This record gives sequence, structure tokens and C-alpha cells, in this order.
Amino acid sequence: MLKILLAGQGGQGVLSAGRFLAACGLHEGKEVSYLPAYGPEMRGGTANCSVIVSEKPIASPLCTVPDVLIAMNAPSFHKFAPRVASGGIILVNGSLSDCYAGRDDVRVYDIAANDLAIEAGDIRSANMILAGALCELTKVVQERSFINCLNEQFVGKPHVCEVNKRAFAAGVAAVKEKDA
Amino acid sequence: MSKILLHGTEAICEGALRNGCRAFFGYPITPQNEVPEYMSVKMPQLGGVFVQAESEVAAINMVYGAAGAGVRAMTSSSSPGVSLKQEGISYVACARIPCVIVNVMRAGPGLGGIQPAQGDYFQATKGGGHGDYHLIVLAPSSVQEACDFTYKAFDLSDKYRVPAMILADGMIGQLMEPVELPPMRSLSDIPKKEWATDGRFGEKRRILNSLLIEPDVLEPHVNELAATYEEIKRNEARCERYKTEDAEIVLTAYGTVARICKSAADKLREQGVKAGCIRPVTVFPFPEEAYAAVAAQPSVKAFLDVELSLGQMVEDVRLAVAGKKPVRFYGRTGGNVPSEEEIVQQALRVLAEEKRI
Amino acid sequence: MKVFEKTKMLTDVHMHYCPGCTHGIVHRIVAESIEELGLEQKCIGIAPVGCAVFAYNYFNCDMQEAAHGRAPAVATGIKRCLPDRTVFVYQGDGDLASIGMAETVHAAARGEKFTVIFINNSIYGMTGGQMAPTTLVGQKATTCQSGRDPAVNGYPIRMCELLATLDAPYYIERVSTQDVKHVLAAKKAIKKALKFQSEGRGYTFIEVLVSCPTNWHMKPVDALHFMAEECTKTFPLGVYRDKSAEEGKEHA
Repeated sequence: MLKILLAGQGGQGVLSAGRFLAACGLHEGKEVSYLPAYGPEMRGGTANCSVIVSEKPIASPLCTVPDVLIAMNAPSFHKFAPRVASGGIILVNGSLSDCYAGRDDVRVYDIAANDLAIEAGDIRSANMILAGALCELTKVVQERSFINCLNEQFVGKPHVCEVNKRAFAAGVAAVKEKDA
Repeated sequence: MSKILLHGTEAICEGALRNGCRAFFGYPITPQNEVPEYMSVKMPQLGGVFVQAESEVAAINMVYGAAGAGVRAMTSSSSPGVSLKQEGISYVACARIPCVIVNVMRAGPGLGGIQPAQGDYFQATKGGGHGDYHLIVLAPSSVQEACDFTYKAFDLSDKYRVPAMILADGMIGQLMEPVELPPMRSLSDIPKKEWATDGRFGEKRRILNSLLIEPDVLEPHVNELAATYEEIKRNEARCERYKTEDAEIVLTAYGTVARICKSAADKLREQGVKAGCIRPVTVFPFPEEAYAAVAAQPSVKAFLDVELSLGQMVEDVRLAVAGKKPVRFYGRTGGNVPSEEEIVQQALRVLAEEKRI
Repeated sequence: MKVFEKTKMLTDVHMHYCPGCTHGIVHRIVAESIEELGLEQKCIGIAPVGCAVFAYNYFNCDMQEAAHGRAPAVATGIKRCLPDRTVFVYQGDGDLASIGMAETVHAAARGEKFTVIFINNSIYGMTGGQMAPTTLVGQKATTCQSGRDPAVNGYPIRMCELLATLDAPYYIERVSTQDVKHVLAAKKAIKKALKFQSEGRGYTFIEVLVSCPTNWHMKPVDALHFMAEECTKTFPLGVYRDKSAEEGKEHA
């Protein structure tokens, strides 16, 4: 079971990335849950959602102590970094945040998601950069499932699909580079 | 059939539509706006009726009319809106008009907040409006159950001619999970309602009414309702048990909170504490016998009731446990949800206190 | 030779209305209109809370009894689900213009295709003569015992005029039961409204001025004179909307 907390600013694609990860898990026949935080945050403030992908049935859908944090900006990085489980992983968008978590029992990956997304062709694909990094690090879903789901979701928008595929690949590469 | 990823609100709609619901009336309120939005698209596709009512009061009365005319009808709202509907709910209960009311609970009292809560348990299970009546109340804890229970609610409501309620907390509304949808039921498969005022009365006209002004007419009617509630208690009480067989501490909760309790029970077992869970699926009728049976187990030292309220269901738990074992309470309010770690701590505290005694 | 026959659309139950009240007349002309239009086997009525609360005992068709003021919402539910039936609501002034104002205005604004029979007797009859939203300025009631004072109680609400500001309503008319001539005109209006409904035209609203000798503390005949002379000053009779006439003009 992997508990993932995705956080960032409204408009950064935090919720859509979370939903997409859940869809990928379901594509592989796994148990999944997706729980967005809602409220005034929905209107342009901070956004976050909890995604669980599991081999076994999921009891609590909450990620109060996530295994992985994907932080797309500095406020969400600093807000949620202390909650990550010991031994967990933090993927932080280095284009918009520092990477000092103040603890040494988690692995922090500093990935310049916005810059990589621009290179991939669209800044809006920053969420897919970090999703690619997540998949490479945790194998929560296979790359093949991810690509299949992208093809399915953007069936009428081949250009958007290609951008997202490039972003995913760039995320995978970024992690490999750091771990090398 | 393969599973699809759905929001709790969408699952509620699909459960309704697939069991013949062809009329929906609602008014916007967070956190259930996805229900009327979804219905406004789907209902016309199925030849059904969708009306955005001018108020929750109007919406429940539109349900009264439509369901009274024999159509499976539903309304949905969240706590403050359900308070507004109580007048109409009392009327449909007395006139014995089957229908389904959805409450995606948010924090109260008053305008309260928009985050998940369970503060409407008393209102849902003890009547809610004026007079002696009950609803059949189902409390889903997953998106699959949100679909299945809504589907089932229409059959139960028709069977007993008692309105049914889906009592969901705000988390069910927002949660997305895989769902296996039931097949679309044919309308011709749904039993015809001879009592319905559809205008085609032939020999004997029908009246749907909640005014029985003669005491000697009203009293038998109320007694008849009470007899139906007793029948429902005998036939329809449902609950789910999780690892209670050898449990020393039994966590109890309904809705999504019950799932957090399950995770907490697993965590407690990792620490060597034998924990289990019991969850009412129907909160009216409350599954008293199942609770009594668990309470009678020698292994059980105490119950810990967890709610997103100041303690409402705990009263039914205490009545069912009937003093056999201590029943302790832990609640969060205001829209806050307890974490499994919090529940673990509370359970350990309760056990420590029991052992000291 | 048969000169008169009671309409089949009324039951044989004795009505509970006070002597001199013209509610019974309105029941009869509504029932006769339904029968004359051949709508008996496709008709659903909705009774209100107020003096006409027992209307479900009198109209010989399927009936629903609504909560106070909610009849237009109930009718919306029925008519939307069964659009080929004839649905009528029968409401008094407290029910329609006070507690049920929202339901009334919104059903009209949506253009719900049912018929509203609005009984305006400018008083709360059933509960014993309290001030109504239609109580005339200066008229006495148990909650304004020196007479309605605009400074304290505001002014009466004119429903036909109010609803005529909306785009959707198809037909709106105010009629009276003050004498035979007016009763016949009232029947004509009600029949016209039900006919428009059966043709699927739109929202139809007939306001009927009715006397309340009991709570006006008048003899029945005096009450009829009061209706003719005083009530019609505040509530002028006439057609406030008739889209069929407008459509006719367009065609001409």
C-alpha cells in the first residue's frame, strides 16, 4: 500500500494528477482511493489530495501520514513535509521551492518541475513531471499503465497527450539522474 | 463487469438512476452540488425529470408530488438544507410516500462549516421533523456502498412505504473509488403502486394525505406506522464486523469514520492489542442484536465509539450494549476528522483505564 | 324534465364551509369545468392548508394534500412527471401569498403547466380571522384589531399584478363571486385556464375573490356587497395576462 499526498496551488494540476494516478492504479486492477481536500481552497488557494494505491482493500482513505509527498510549491512543501512517514519520500518542485525539509529520515528529491515542463512543451505538465518521478521511484504503477491511461484520457487531443508523455519521461529521467 | 472510478456523489446518482429513479429535485449546497449537477445531465437522457427547486423546502415537496404520483423520486442536500426539508419529510412519512432523501453531512450547528461531519445522526434516526415517525437510514462508508445503498434504498422505501435516507458524511461526497455499477433496471420491473395519485383512478379515487384530524383516526394510523418500524427493525438491521472474534477493545463508528477505525484496529493489532470494529450499515434500524452479541463476548473489555460529533450514535450503542461493557466516546467536530493514530491513542487510553479499574 | 344535475366531479360529502362563504361555489365551478372539458379521468388536485384543507374530500378525483404553502411545489412534481394529466392547486391567500409565496412565484416563473385557483378572502379563515397578506387597509382582523395600518402592517399584496411581471405565465385573471353574473364569468375564466392547461399552453392562474361573513363579522349579503364595493377597489377584476389573445393578434 502506498499513501501519496499531492499538494500545491490551485491551478497547478494537483487534483487532476491525483485523480490520474488513481485511474492508473485502477487500470492495473489495484485498489485505489482519491480524496481531494475541498472548501475555500478550491477557489485558487492551496489544493491537496490524498491518493492510496494498494494490493489489498483500503480501509481509511486519509493520508495523515503519507509515504510520499508531492509538493508543487514552497508553502505546501513546508506545510506537509513534517507529516511524511519516516523513511518516506518527498518530491518537491524545485522551480518554486527550496528543498530543506528539516529532517533527515526522509529522502527529498528536488526536481525543477516547471522548468522541465516548459522544456516538454507546456508549463501545465509540471504535475506529470512529478508523477513520472513518483512512478520511477516507487513503481506504484507501471510506466506502461501510465502511458495507456494518458492515451485514453487525451484520446481527442494528441498534442496534449504527447506533451504529457514527454513530461512523464522527463520526470523519470530526472530521478534516474539524481540517483545515479 | 469492470469497475470505474467515481465520486461518491456520482455513485449515489448512479445507484438511484439504475433502480428506476426518474425524478430529482434539489437546491445547491456544498458539499453535495455534484449530485444535482450530475442529475441535471443524466436525468433528461433517461427521460426523467430534473428541477432545480427554489429552496430545499420546495424540493422535498416536489418529491412529495412526484413520488405521490407513483414515480421513484429523490432529493439531496447537506445538513442545513436537510433541516429545511424536515417539514416535508414529516409529511411524506405520515402520508406514506416512498422516496429517498440524501444527506451529505457537513459541520453544524447553524451554517456551520462545509467540511465532513456526523452531527445529524439524531435528526436522521429519531425522526427529525415533528411527530412520531422514522426513516429507514443507510450509512455508506465507501463509494461502492454509496451506489449500492442508494439503489437498495428505493426498494426498501417502496416495500414498507417509509421514506429512506442516505446518511453520508462529507468525505463520501468527495471520495473517488472504483465502483462496479449495478445493471440498469427496467421500469416495467418495478412493482406498480395502486395507491399512487396518477389521475387515472377508474372506480376508486386515491388520496394522499397527512391530515387525520380525528384522534381516533390518527392514533391507529400512527400505531400502524409504529408496527411498520418494528417490522423494519426485525428484517432490515444490518451491520459489519471486523476482527471482533477475539477483540478486547471494540471500535465502533459509522460511515467513513468506520474505515479509519478499521485502519486503527490494524495498527493496534500490530502493537499486540486485540482490536476489532463494528459498524452499523443501517443506523435506523440500529443493529442492536449484533452489538449485544459482541458485548456478551468475554474477550471484550470496552467499546470506543468514534464520531464526527459530540456523541450521538453513542447513545444507541449504549442502549444496545445495555451496561454489559463500558462504552467510551471520542469525537471530533467542526469538520475535523480524527486520524487513525489519534484513534489508536484513544483506544490505548481506554484500555489502560479499564485495566486500572 | 331534468333541469339541474350535480357535477360528477364533486363527491356527496357535506362541505364544512361556513354559511354564506362562497368557497362552495368555487368548488362547484372548478368541478363543473373539469367535467365539461372531459378531464375527469386524467385529473389530479392538490389541497392546501387553510379553509380548503378538506378539499380532497370534495373533489371527486385523485388528490394530494400539501403542506402549508407548498402546493405549487407538489404540483410541479406531479405535472413534470405526468405532463399529460390535468393538475390543479387550490389555495387560499395565507397559503399562497404568505407562507407559500416562494413556491408560487417560482412555479409561475418556471412556467409550470398547471392551473392555480387562488381564493382571496383577505383573511385567515380557518385559524379564526387573523390578518392575511391580502387584508385590506383598514380592515379589521384579530391580529390588527383596529384595522390594518400600513405603518405597522404594510399593504396588501396583489398577486395577479405581481405574477404578471413575469414572462412565463400564460393566463392570469382575477374574478369574483359577488353575484351570479360574476360567478358565471369566474367559471368561464376557470374553464379557460383548465382548457389552456389541457392544451399544454403554460402556467394559468385564476384569483377568485371570496367572501368570509364569519370573520368579516357581516351578514352573508353584506359580505357580498363588501366584496363588490371594497375588495375590488384593492383587487381590480380583469385579465392580467392572456398569451392566447397576444398570439391571436400576432396571427391577425
